[in-house]
Amino acid sequence: MNRKQFTILESTAVPLPLANIDTDQIIPARFLSATGRDGFGKNLFRDWRYDGDGKPIPGFVLNRPEYRGEILITGSNFGCGSSREHAVWAITGHGFRAVVSDSFADIFMNNALNNGLLTVTVTPEFLAQLTELVAATPGTMVRIDLPGQVISVPGAGMQSGFPVNPFRKECLIRGLDNIDYLLSMKEDIMEFEKSRQS
Amino acid sequence: MSGKTLFDKIWDAHVVSTITGGPDVLYIDRHYIHEVTSPQAFSGLVQRGIGVFRPERTIATADHNIPTINQHLPIADPVSRTQVETLEENCRTTGITYFPMGDPGNGIVHVTGPEQGYTLPGMTIVCGDSHTSTHGAFGTIAFGIGTSEVEMVLATQCLLQSRPKQMRINVKGKLQEGVTSKDLILYIIASLSAGGATGYFVEYAGEAVRKLSMESRMTICNMSIEMGARGGLIAPDEVTFNWLAQIPSVSDNREFSSLVHQWHSLRSDRGAHFDREVSFDASEVPPMITYGTSPGMGMAVDGVIPSPGEAGTPTGKKQQQSSGTGMATTGNNRSSSGTGTAAAENNRSSSETNMEAARSNPSANGSYLKSLDYMGFRPGMKLLGHPIDYVFLGSCTNGRIEDLRLFAAAVAGKKKAAGVTALIVPGSQQVARQAEKEGLTETLRLAGFEMRQPGCSSCLAMNEDKIPAGKYAVSTSNRNFEGRQGPGARTLLAGPLVAAAAAVTGRITDPRELNWQR
Repeated sequence: MNRKQFTILESTAVPLPLANIDTDQIIPARFLSATGRDGFGKNLFRDWRYDGDGKPIPGFVLNRPEYRGEILITGSNFGCGSSREHAVWAITGHGFRAVVSDSFADIFMNNALNNGLLTVTVTPEFLAQLTELVAATPGTMVRIDLPGQVISVPGAGMQSGFPVNPFRKECLIRGLDNIDYLLSMKEDIMEFEKSRQS
Repeated sequence: MSGKTLFDKIWDAHVVSTITGGPDVLYIDRHYIHEVTSPQAFSGLVQRGIGVFRPERTIATADHNIPTINQHLPIADPVSRTQVETLEENCRTTGITYFPMGDPGNGIVHVTGPEQGYTLPGMTIVCGDSHTSTHGAFGTIAFGIGTSEVEMVLATQCLLQSRPKQMRINVKGKLQEGVTSKDLILYIIASLSAGGATGYFVEYAGEAVRKLSMESRMTICNMSIEMGARGGLIAPDEVTFNWLAQIPSVSDNREFSSLVHQWHSLRSDRGAHFDREVSFDASEVPPMITYGTSPGMGMAVDGVIPSPGEAGTPTGKKQQQSSGTGMATTGNNRSSSGTGTAAAENNRSSSETNMEAARSNPSANGSYLKSLDYMGFRPGMKLLGHPIDYVFLGSCTNGRIEDLRLFAAAVAGKKKAAGVTALIVPGSQQVARQAEKEGLTETLRLAGFEMRQPGCSSCLAMNEDKIPAGKYAVSTSNRNFEGRQGPGARTLLAGPLVAAAAAVTGRITDPRELNWQR
């Protein structure tokens, strides 16, 4: 199955500078009963975004019309906690295509990349500058160049490289699916099983 | 040439092939599934027009989204019922062994897997659940995966995985009376922080770990994920082999003794390289409690909530000087009153330095204060004597027979405090039967506690077992995230003894002050 390709993304960004945002905040457990992958976006950050009666909480960044975009800029250890891939489906369902932080939880990062959501890991210093800039000037354009592995703010002359595993990068750029890749290796896998039995 | 770690030995034995510049194709021996993170994986297979490659290697149980009362009745919530029925149907059509709600083999996946002998030393084990690290207690590489990866395993019995860095946590000494393995792991997480082991797989070693029962080891490995580690493992030993020998399906295997012989080689070689090593002294671990909304925000039950810059030193004491080459602290800005304790380490990587910078930056401090605000606490406060509303004993962390024994021993002859609502939820049907047989259920009943039916329950509150907004719950589970136990719920993580002490006094209490017999 082909996925959406990721090459260069230019977008405004949404700042959410909190550390240790766990997947329970991204999508609370009470919304995990669905058996499909769609519809989680409306409950992204549900309990920060809406009060108990379902009314938007005015101060929360997703409820502030000046902050819009396909890039989420956040704090350390983003996506910690539960392995629920629903967290990624909520983020992509809302329309984000990339998340920027100085560190991500391991399982979250795998889930994100398996769904074409790019995790961009930058230094704490760059993250602090980027967050400040985007928070102070909503509408700032941020550019993420995956082939070049560079994130930049062209208008402010800011830029930074970021690491990506070469295999993962290739899959994202070409929209390749890991399961198709593994399925193509069935014979090797069966050979491995045989070698362990002997 | 330096030796291999236990992790390397198991990993290397499961590599089908290595992609240049990319991850390894890792063969998975055991795959556990449950109702919440598997349906989309099965529908993915249907879309691809393929089946389950090795159904005999996957074991299913319903646990996350089931009620803990009246399990003989259909699940009331139609969406939850559909989810559980979907799992049943998926297992039926693909030939996967399934333990439905109410079945004698049902329970929380990380409790039932080991007790039924599906988890064995040397295996690679995955499940669409981050607490899969629990199974590492048997000397396995066990870790949580997302639903796309569940689909990968169902389709090919393999995963694409990059080899993580490795950390060894050495724990010397012996835990004090009244201190449990839950206290030890909360202490370690408070020292290393909630992201302190991100990118690592952890091996727990040392005299204190060797002395722990299998149940206690599972509690430790279970919470590895709460400091960001992909998983945690412990080399199998006589404690492990004796535990496994009690399981008929394992010990009846004619090859059991030769398997035990092979399992003896599952240990890190002398001189094996770890990217990071830290040391703790078990005798300095107090009964612990968390005060914030991250498992790293833990302190001694009689401690004082630290200021933002001080957080991370569980006892409020100074760090011990390193015996190695590196730095002696596990973080910046530590308070320094009292005598030495906690971690010594070496080989710090740049990502850890980044974590420390992040912890001392304003957004991290803002998160810390936001967290205390959510809890209704402030820096400098003592929690001892603070009234509580709920107690939850259960979960894949502390829902095993040993936890029920400890809790029952501590409340025996006493009464549940008026005003406290207690949820006592065994981790499995087998744990419930054993508790009944040992008279624990009766001891609890006499003390005013009712035993529920098994499930994940209030740990993640997908079912009705929710803590109301603003209420304080002393919980033996693994996460104190905002809203984890219900919207607005305030969770204080602790071990079964601190939970028992809170349940009978209605307040946060040092269990060492309760008069009880082990």
